[in-house]
Amino acid sequence: MNFADLNWQEMMDATVATLKMIVFSGLFTIILGLPLGILLYLCERSNSIVIRVIYSVLSLLVNILRSVPFIILMVALIPFTKEIVGTSIGVLGTIPPLVIGAAPFFARLVETALREVDRGVIEAAQGMGASTNQIVMRVLLPEARPGLIAGVTITLVTLVSYTAMAGQVGGGGLGDLAIRYGYLRYETEIMLISITFIVILVQLLQMAGDRLVKYFTRK
Amino acid sequence: MINLKGITKVYGKGSHAATALSGLNLSIEKGEIFGVIGHSGAGKSTLIRCINLLERPTEGEVWVDGVELTKLSQGQLQEQRRKIGMIFQHFNLLSSATVYDNIAFPLRLTGSSRADIDTKVKDLLALVGLEEHRDKYPSQLSGGQKQRVGIARALASDPDVLLCDEATSALDPQTTDAILKLLLDINKRFHLTIVLITHEMHVIQSICDRVAVIHGGGIVEQGKVTEVFLKPQHEVTRDFIRSESQNEGPLRTALDAAAGDNSQAVKITFFGEKTYGSALSNVVRETGVSFAILHGTISTIKDVPYGQMIVRFEGPAEAIAVTIAELTAQGLEVEVIS
Repeated sequence: MNFADLNWQEMMDATVATLKMIVFSGLFTIILGLPLGILLYLCERSNSIVIRVIYSVLSLLVNILRSVPFIILMVALIPFTKEIVGTSIGVLGTIPPLVIGAAPFFARLVETALREVDRGVIEAAQGMGASTNQIVMRVLLPEARPGLIAGVTITLVTLVSYTAMAGQVGGGGLGDLAIRYGYLRYETEIMLISITFIVILVQLLQMAGDRLVKYFTRK
Repeated sequence: MINLKGITKVYGKGSHAATALSGLNLSIEKGEIFGVIGHSGAGKSTLIRCINLLERPTEGEVWVDGVELTKLSQGQLQEQRRKIGMIFQHFNLLSSATVYDNIAFPLRLTGSSRADIDTKVKDLLALVGLEEHRDKYPSQLSGGQKQRVGIARALASDPDVLLCDEATSALDPQTTDAILKLLLDINKRFHLTIVLITHEMHVIQSICDRVAVIHGGGIVEQGKVTEVFLKPQHEVTRDFIRSESQNEGPLRTALDAAAGDNSQAVKITFFGEKTYGSALSNVVRETGVSFAILHGTISTIKDVPYGQMIVRFEGPAEAIAVTIAELTAQGLEVEVIS
């Protein structure tokens, strides 16, 4: 083992690339997945048959997206990615597939978190004349906050492992570094350090998430 | 104030259909405390939830303060619901909000100003006696305190009607009495119409003006609490009253043991001021009949005292007849028990 000759510049670049991928894809995943999760939750409970059909369609779509392995989804999405961001490589090129891979997953977590909200509290709000919009904003989201934060944490951790795969289509990042050097060039040092960074990143995310959950739990 | 006309509620469809209410009619006056009592499964919960359409009746009309709720659009219904407060068995408070924010909730729905909300919530905190708990979360409160928050929240939008869905069923007896006292106080102070459902006769007896007994999805008996309580007509009503006193067994034994030729068992009901009077001893002194007490109760319905006593008169048959006639003349209810 020889850590002295390590290309630290490359390490730093890869770390920054990974962080960028997680921050941006995480952001868009929440922006897309949260409303989708709320929609799933609301549609399932509707009395209208039309809306329940919409629920079935949405639910099926989410299931399909979730059942395609991410690495395949990414490759399949290359034309779409080019259409949206103009390139399919680099950090930018990884964002659309990461978001499309993670948003349905996050939407399901949101749906589950909302289901945990006490029916009685929702009824009480209905009884007080709250509109559906007010129930979502003032009852469902605040009451489900710990569950939603836990969902964000799980999603971000999942995104970390997705970013490692993104290297396969030229996305860069720590995972890419580990595979290129550790697997293809037998340079174990770089792989070890990449893995260490990834582990630290996941630990930090999980700890931050757990703390926030604890802070917001009032039960 | 509240008029339910021909309310039918069927859950499910086809062969799975279950009828919770069938053609139920009910009329509740402004300013009264109206109790609905029934066993679990009798439909009482469905009934109270029909009043603010948390449960939409399959058939029938729901009139509250001159408005037919089932005909309203979603938006109009939300508007009307603000005039109907509701409290629940399990309180249904927002666990993520403080006592203050829970009470402010209905006010924020209507977009009241911050200053208005603050004044109102502080008044309500004082009313329910929770000033020092304003920044606590529901999980830090006892059951009774949670129900006080529920009451304050229900009153925040100045409703005309307060619906109580088994509001005291999850509370211990002392706390139940304190909450009932608060409800009575609110009823008097704001002239608020209160509808409550319960399975406890005690709750009805403590605060209600009128009561309806619900059984099998319909009202089997209703009237003033004093009438229904002291002269129950329907078997289910008698059941409730019996379960409250639990003296049926020993009483039967006493009646059987005492049966004889020159004796007659009677149930005497005292009501109001007569409860504490000496009518019985005055009358028997004159007629020369002696009596043995087999069973007796003195209690109150709302604030009115009443007594019920089962006694066995002994003496010549004519003298007993005179005694009964005299007691009736003095305004007591006398029922001969065979």
